[in-house]
Amino acid sequence: MTPFTTLTAVAAPLLIDNVDTDAIIPSREMKSTGRTGLAEGLFAPWRYVEGRVPNPDFVLNQDAYAGAQIIAGGSNFGCGSSREHAVWALAEYGIRAIIAPSFAPIFAANCIRNGLLPMVLPAEVVAQIAGQSVAIDLAAQTLSCGGETHSFAIDAEAKAMLLEGLDAIDLTLKFGAAIDAWTQTDRAARPWIYL
Amino acid sequence: MTAKPQTLADKIWDAHRVASTAAGSDLIAIDRVFLHERTGASALKSMAAAGRPVRDSRRVFAVMDHIVDTRIGRGDQTLMQGGQAFITETRAAAHAAGITLFDVTDPDQGITHVISPELGIVLPGCTLVAPDSHTCTQGALGALAWGIGSSEAEHAMATGVLRLPRPKTMRVTFTGELPVGVTAKDMALALIAAHGAGGGAGHVVEFAGPAVEALEIEARMTLCNMATEFSAMAGLIAPDAKTYAYLAGRRYAPAAFDGAYWDNLRSDEGAVFDREIIVDAASLKPMVTWGTSPQHAIPIDAPVPQGPQRVHDYIGLAAGERLQGTKIDVAFLGSCTNARLSDLRRAAALIKGRKIAPGIRKALVVPGSGAVKRAAEAEGLDEIFRAAGFEWRESGCSLCFFAGGEAFPAGSRSISSTNRNFEGRQGPGIRTHIASPEVVVASAIAGVIADPRELAGEKA
Ligand code: SF4
Repeated sequence: MTPFTTLTAVAAPLLIDNVDTDAIIPSREMKSTGRTGLAEGLFAPWRYVEGRVPNPDFVLNQDAYAGAQIIAGGSNFGCGSSREHAVWALAEYGIRAIIAPSFAPIFAANCIRNGLLPMVLPAEVVAQIAGQSVAIDLAAQTLSCGGETHSFAIDAEAKAMLLEGLDAIDLTLKFGAAIDAWTQTDRAARPWIYL
Repeated sequence: MTAKPQTLADKIWDAHRVASTAAGSDLIAIDRVFLHERTGASALKSMAAAGRPVRDSRRVFAVMDHIVDTRIGRGDQTLMQGGQAFITETRAAAHAAGITLFDVTDPDQGITHVISPELGIVLPGCTLVAPDSHTCTQGALGALAWGIGSSEAEHAMATGVLRLPRPKTMRVTFTGELPVGVTAKDMALALIAAHGAGGGAGHVVEFAGPAVEALEIEARMTLCNMATEFSAMAGLIAPDAKTYAYLAGRRYAPAAFDGAYWDNLRSDEGAVFDREIIVDAASLKPMVTWGTSPQHAIPIDAPVPQGPQRVHDYIGLAAGERLQGTKIDVAFLGSCTNARLSDLRRAAALIKGRKIAPGIRKALVVPGSGAVKRAAEAEGLDEIFRAAGFEWRESGCSLCFFAGGEAFPAGSRSISSTNRNFEGRQGPGIRTHIASPEVVVASAIAGVIADPRELAGEKA
């Protein structure tokens, strides 16, 4: 996974609350059991009009934001279906960070697992930086824009995973002995769990 | 005894905590993993490609529910273009991994969150995850059950644990008694309407109070099903005598539920939750959504409020208009929210001897599982629905979401017993109104969004 350290880019404004994963990648765009070939379908319902013609009103179709790496979004971003395809589609398109007042929990976890930064900032700040060039420093937990610097909070483990581009499974497998020991004890305590 | 009182969610968390990481996350043991064909093959294939075996294949289950055809006589062919590959690849991957698969024609096939409780796969006090957001449904049995992404599903299958920070806790207490004709679905919609679709973010929500205790197990599943629409990590309800009676004798359930372990599965008196919400159940009415988020739910007799303009444009209703009396094209009774036997019974009782309105383009009943279908048929419910003009199907997710199968012209209006009314959820341009099964069938009969209490009144 590509580590996330710093990033300076324009934050494409998509200031709509409750952007759901059906909008990010509609089910009909998930055409295979693989994780690739999804960028085409990213935001398909909004990005295209009839006949897959780009909708000029959609943010990513505007010159200033085409190929954006950052999205400034509304609250409860990524709600709905747990489909990780939403994050895979965003990542494949080139999005590295999403800045929003709040995220749906499954979506935020999926972001971390795929090297995308889900950054939480107050709605006023998101509105203020939307459309601007911003500089993100994950180690310092700051976002700078137009001479102002805002701090953001992030769970320590998520931060470490992103900074180092770590694979969570590899990390967890290092706890193999602890997991085995726990399982053995639990097997005696709750035999009905072990089918 | 001065042990600090604990919430049920914290008790289950602590009981499953294998270790803590330096960064402050916990490694939480996962008792059960459930996959379906929409996201399961991806996870299994990716694990196989990485050379990672499933740690304990006996505790991983898979089912074909999402894009499987629901027409009677189905096989692997499905209406979604390219959909068959999801079915055949999931089957191959499940067999290769040695996990239990409920295949297309298996009598136990059904929607994940319907069959898991039916088979006793989910149990009180257990942790269960699935790459499906409505996994929270299963918290109705007193489990900590939550939806995850594909990478996390791989993580759980490969390691037997997930690593995550301890979630916050919330208690939603429903006081009083539900009025007649008002259901668990209305409780969920009223809560989300009042506190927003992001209202439960980051929390495990325990539903409690007399109106929750009064719910039967199936209705509790309806309530917990909508926890993810509240952005909660999970919803759960403390197990009680009803829970244990429900689970007794189910295939994967233990032989008996006596003992301190089961008795302890409840929040202690005095346990402190990070947040508390109280809802007066007695004041609730049948709810219907007017917009494109579950938070856009209003009492059926209320006028459409002013919302974001783009929502009004999509749904084709202006502020001040009435939902009641709005013409509908499609009626769908199905999904992991509301397609269990009790849902079908209540709906059938309302419409017995009546016919759907001539203007309805499609009216569909899709049982939540093969077992629900057989039980309903044994009671003659299928006959009642068919006589009224509904189609009666095999189990699956069906019209709950659109993957490229059955389609209606853009702008068609659907009344649906499902959980999501997002733009395009039931197909491009489809306007979805979610509500209880009662509202769905009453509306199908009337041809317009209708209050089931009036239909019931006419019958009485
Ligand atoms: S019925 Fe609908 S909400 Fe439930 S699992 Fe299937 S697609 Fe998801």
